[in-house]
Amino acid sequence: MNFYRNLSIKQKQVVWAWSFLAIPVLFYTVIRFYPTFGAVVLSFQEWNLLSDKSWVGLENYQKLFSDPVFWKVFKNTFVYLLIGTPLSLVISFAIAYHLDKVTFMHATIRALYFLPFMTSAVAMAWLWRWFYQPVPIGLFNNILASIGIPQLPFLNSTFSALPSILAPAVWAGLGFQIIIFMAGLRSIPTSYYEAAEIDGVGSWTVLREITIPLLKPTIVFLVVFSSIGFLRIFDQVFNMTTNDPGGPLNSTKPLVLMIYDTAFNAFDMGYAAAQTVVLFTILLIVSLVQLFIMRERKYD
Amino acid sequence: MKIWKKNLTGFALGAGLALGATASQAVEIEYWQYFFEARVNAMDTLIEMFEAENPDITVKQTTFPYADYRTKVAAAIPAGEGPDVVQLFYGWLNDYVEAELITPLPLDVFPLEQIRAEFFPMVQAMEKDGQYMALPTAVRSLALFYNTRLFEEAGIDGPPTTLDELVEIATALTKTDASGNITQVGIATGMNAQDHHWWREVLVRQMGGEPYTGDYQTVTYNNDAGVAALQFYADLQMTHGATLAGFMDEPQAAFKAGRAGMLIDGSFRIGALDKTRGLEWAVTELPAGPDGMRSNYSSYWVNAITTKAEGEKAEAAALFLAFITTDAAMQIWLDTVGELPAKPSAALTEQNSNDPVFGPFIRGLAYAHTTTFVNESAQRQVLMDAMQRMLLEDQSATDSMAVAADAEQAILDDYYD
Repeated sequence: MNFYRNLSIKQKQVVWAWSFLAIPVLFYTVIRFYPTFGAVVLSFQEWNLLSDKSWVGLENYQKLFSDPVFWKVFKNTFVYLLIGTPLSLVISFAIAYHLDKVTFMHATIRALYFLPFMTSAVAMAWLWRWFYQPVPIGLFNNILASIGIPQLPFLNSTFSALPSILAPAVWAGLGFQIIIFMAGLRSIPTSYYEAAEIDGVGSWTVLREITIPLLKPTIVFLVVFSSIGFLRIFDQVFNMTTNDPGGPLNSTKPLVLMIYDTAFNAFDMGYAAAQTVVLFTILLIVSLVQLFIMRERKYD
Repeated sequence: MKIWKKNLTGFALGAGLALGATASQAVEIEYWQYFFEARVNAMDTLIEMFEAENPDITVKQTTFPYADYRTKVAAAIPAGEGPDVVQLFYGWLNDYVEAELITPLPLDVFPLEQIRAEFFPMVQAMEKDGQYMALPTAVRSLALFYNTRLFEEAGIDGPPTTLDELVEIATALTKTDASGNITQVGIATGMNAQDHHWWREVLVRQMGGEPYTGDYQTVTYNNDAGVAALQFYADLQMTHGATLAGFMDEPQAAFKAGRAGMLIDGSFRIGALDKTRGLEWAVTELPAGPDGMRSNYSSYWVNAITTKAEGEKAEAAALFLAFITTDAAMQIWLDTVGELPAKPSAALTEQNSNDPVFGPFIRGLAYAHTTTFVNESAQRQVLMDAMQRMLLEDQSATDSMAVAADAEQAILDDYYD
């Protein structure tokens, strides 16, 4: 206790700060960093949960990079990202931009857009899976058949399965993005718009020169957030394709589903850990690249 | 003070009694299986009977949801936290034996020759180096379910007994709407369900082939027999239009909804179909091949003693395992769960083999094969993909079979190397 009494006020503050920080630091170390480190170590080992772990060096990574399924899955993951993120941002911005101007039943409409975000992804995936079924049970195909249009294969095609899964995933995320965009729009000072009006600037120019540049922090946040979401897509794919996980012919399989399959069907934990490390690296690189690109523009 | 004294005397007395009766000390063993109500009830009944016979042994049953069971068991047993007697799927056993987590069944309670003679032949897969590693109470096999109402409606007298009749009847039972969309399938199919077993152990053999070498380490279906079997299966949809992959999401869903004339499924489906109101169904043996050959696929869950059970716990575990593999226990399991007895002496009783529902499954056991899987879902995926390549990418059966054989061999090699 004497030791504490001899400290200066500044030092005492540091002691107090660290004693409060110790709880989250300890929590993150035990719950996050230690398992992450464990996964990296495991990726150099072979382990089926039952036998002892054995070191295999880079074998898991070699196997991964020479596996054609991995490259297929890698491509799928980026298709989810490259279609999903821009599409969802454009749609949500368009909705938010117009919704911001609507005063009639504003709160109700906003709540309606937000509803899908609150729904369980599993329940939603199963509902959409039913929508996509062929005649006689599928909603979409029953409508098509009733007006004499041939059925669409939706989930049962290597071409249309991925977009069919992506559609509800984009839709489910819209509510959140709309709310964030609207908050961003509301934070733009109205004086800019008044000045533009006085100068007689067209609405397109206002959008391009005022609204979008000032929304940059919001856009950065949403791009990073939604990219991570699409890179980690799992619930929708897993639940909509349980009969042929990630199928047909791996056309919808994302990386997370491959990890799940390797870990809990093949019980090849080392190989699954190697895939996890690759996913982690991809997420890290994509996030850093996006932050870097977006940050440059901020200082224009 | 008085109470304290009383307790002490009681304790001393109890301890004295316990010491005096070392031979019959109470032993508690733990039993694990996955949660399925009928199975839990059947096991409760068996435990009650066992404890009545062996008053010094108590058995504690613990269950887990099916989805978590494999992971839970795999995490608990190596950590020494698991059960003394555990129920495992036969396909998992190898990994447990290799990791030395399973004790071979003691020969004094389970004499080798007697076990070999008493159980159905496919249970011999549980024998390693002259000892049995585990034993099933019940086994499952496949049969052909058919919707009697749809059969009657179409004027068909009885179920198919050959593959040709199967095609003919399935075609007759299929219905389409005005624009040609299928609204009722003759036979509900899906490699993701039980059809991959039907294809592997039944169709390939009926076309004159063997799916694997005897040790199940080498694929041997990439030949005329395999191609013929795949072509036959694909033709049900592609040529005869008597089925549709993914029709009503799952084959058993189509059958349950009365939208499928036939379905090949396991004995474990009986319970669910029994509960479906308005569905009239019957069961028959799987159709015979072109030369009259019959085959079937059988799978089972086994009971094994873990290395955690030592000393008197091991003895108690062995006694318990012996009890739940008696003919009487198997009959209780059949009556409660609907799974078939693992011994001919219990299965082929007059009453069981003439049972209209269980009979076809039980008769199937006599000629059933059990595939030794290394990763069932991956090996199933190989056949699902083989079908999808034909249906979605117009690949020929010959090419698709070759790709599938390579893919499955790679899975087997990866495991056995």
